[in-house]
Amino acid sequence: MMADLAARGETPEILFWVGCAGAFDDRYKRVTRAFVRILEHVGVNYAVLGMEESCTGDPAKRAGNEFLFQMQAMQNITTLNGYGIKKVVTACPHCFNTIKNEYPALGGEYEVIHHSTFLQQLINEGKVKAEGGESFKGRRITFHDSCYLGRANNIYEAPRAVLEVLDADLLEMKRCKTNGLCCGAGGAQMWKEPEPGKKDINVERAEEALATLDGDADVLLNLQGVESTAPVLPAGSNRGGSVIAVACPFCMTMMADGVKNKERESDVQVFDLAELIASAEGLNA
Amino acid sequence: MHNDYISAPTSNLPFPVHFSFQNIIFLLVAVAGFGLFAWQAQKIRANILVGRDRDMSGNVNERLWKTLLVAFGQQKMFKRLTPAFLHLIVYVGFIVINIEVIEILIDGIFGTHRVLGFMGPLYSALTGTNEVLGALVVLAVAAFWWRRNGSVVRRFTGPEMRAWPRMDANVILYIEVILMVALFTMNAADLKLHQLEGKALPGAFPISSLLTGLFPDSVTALHVLERVGWWAHIVGILLFLNYLPSSKHFHIIMAFPNVYFSRLMPQGKFSNVDSITHEVKAMMDPTYQVPTPPVSEGAEAAPTSFGAKDVNDLAWTNLLNAYSCTECGRCTSVCPANLTGKLLSPRKIIMDTRDRMEEKYNSPLIFNPNLYGKEAKHDPQEQLDKENHTLLRGYVTPEELWACTTCNACVEACPVNINPLESIIEMRRFLVLEESAAPNSLNVMFSNIENNGAPWAFSPSDRFNWADELYVTDKAGATA
Repeated sequence: MMADLAARGETPEILFWVGCAGAFDDRYKRVTRAFVRILEHVGVNYAVLGMEESCTGDPAKRAGNEFLFQMQAMQNITTLNGYGIKKVVTACPHCFNTIKNEYPALGGEYEVIHHSTFLQQLINEGKVKAEGGESFKGRRITFHDSCYLGRANNIYEAPRAVLEVLDADLLEMKRCKTNGLCCGAGGAQMWKEPEPGKKDINVERAEEALATLDGDADVLLNLQGVESTAPVLPAGSNRGGSVIAVACPFCMTMMADGVKNKERESDVQVFDLAELIASAEGLNA
Repeated sequence: MHNDYISAPTSNLPFPVHFSFQNIIFLLVAVAGFGLFAWQAQKIRANILVGRDRDMSGNVNERLWKTLLVAFGQQKMFKRLTPAFLHLIVYVGFIVINIEVIEILIDGIFGTHRVLGFMGPLYSALTGTNEVLGALVVLAVAAFWWRRNGSVVRRFTGPEMRAWPRMDANVILYIEVILMVALFTMNAADLKLHQLEGKALPGAFPISSLLTGLFPDSVTALHVLERVGWWAHIVGILLFLNYLPSSKHFHIIMAFPNVYFSRLMPQGKFSNVDSITHEVKAMMDPTYQVPTPPVSEGAEAAPTSFGAKDVNDLAWTNLLNAYSCTECGRCTSVCPANLTGKLLSPRKIIMDTRDRMEEKYNSPLIFNPNLYGKEAKHDPQEQLDKENHTLLRGYVTPEELWACTTCNACVEACPVNINPLESIIEMRRFLVLEESAAPNSLNVMFSNIENNGAPWAFSPSDRFNWADELYVTDKAGATA
């Protein structure tokens, strides 16, 4: 806890910004714990704000409530500056984007790192080897780009580099990287019902992810929003135990719901990068 | 009126000059053509400057580099290869063939004929390239026509692609073919004329030389055809130039300033509203002094409302966006909301912005706003309410705005760096901050953040509970 550290007159190397989903969402709390276990495992000097953390204001800002956003931002900046924080790491691309890009204009200047980049650094430094735990060899993994990581901040390679270390069969969806399709939760959609339409966005995306893992050419050829070239198909059909990897709490919820909607929870799971790494490193408590 | 330009030179210039009545007419036509365009361009400039001020100065090198890559280099077009190649042909054709317009202007004003002919091999290279490009342009345009009218490309359809935008797109293709036919008529007739008279024509004509067989053997008829081709080409170009401000084809000019003035920040960074910053700071610190902005003489009062209700509430760059759009629909084709059947179409937001500007402020020569306003013109009540027919609600409905996931796919897809997301967010700000008109569920989210510091209804005191089970086995850990 940051307050305890400060009481002892210490400053942590990094502040782990947990985020509201990481703190309250039951599914995403597991990601928070996995990431913390990695931090503990490699012996990083870190702290969390605990109850002093408050919403970054991202959903308010995307929904047009600039006033509420700035109230939240100022409050958080006061807290962070009060502790003399220099470096912030977070597992949430929305918190990441907001603190990195929108806090500086309001007086909050920090080095902000998304956990995908942080994990990539740990791997590069040899601190995380993805050994001693579960093996992902031969399993199919496809990574779903988060808009606020990818297009918003041009982070496409870090999450892929993290997955590389698992030695799994990494498959790219046709709509990936700059062409990645949103999970449907951004821009405050997470907190409202979608407008009337013919399909939910997360179902559209889950269908693409599942077709990628299954090698379902019919679905892949008919995808909208990309040039209709023939997809590169993996040999054989889905062997089960496939993973849709995400790096965002909202993507996690949306993709998991999408998989459930297609009744595929039995053979396809949705995991965050931190969970996969913790698992491969044998850090599941 | 026999044009005897093949006769011996009558001046000391290295090329024959025959100033005649035709040249005076030409000069008048050219001045009228360019003058009318300048007048129209001025109107559009005034429309764009209606937008809110936004400082886009500085970073000249970075901006020029981006303009070179994205606008001149067509970088973003190459995300989709087929249209990229077709477009590249027409784009290069447009630029190279227009070098010949310089010659046409000189010939037209001074009564010379193929004045650049003295350049010899260089002239042959230019005319030869023009001919090949001209033929390729005709083929590319044919392919474009088929893609658009043969139901080949889905993004060319959609509710905003009503009668006028659909017609506009085809008119552009037809004009391009007419211009090319005029070019070949001029060249082929000229070539045959010289062949009949046993003289050499400067330049190389790989395509026209194949066409001479189609032309009559009469010298008089060939003279007439050459002149018809020449006049049709240049008058066609001048008419096309004056059609541009009323058309999506205006992008051939506006794409360049639009890319130059496009954002350099990360796409995820949304603008900060300074007036709100002062308000919030004053709330948190009663001693905070709101800085008084330097008021220049004759400056209008600072905007009093938050967000955008009408076009003049948007930044001038957002309005520049609207004049740079060629309605290709790449934005809409990648929009997750649109893909799944929601009302939102980023292209429509941009087209609506332009239509509203031309309804409220200046309109170009052929004012034909996307036919949304057509019904309005027949309804006297609507006519009266023109002032109330604002961009928000008059054109763009809240349902469209609330469907946006702010995923930036549209921004990424636009080949000329148009940013529909900025306009969407500005209108959301107006809905929330001025009208408190957010959907109910979002109001619940707002009050959760206000009361609990989280968008969900959890107690702030539970924020650290995740740590309780840090080393308790997660039942569904990452083990499949």
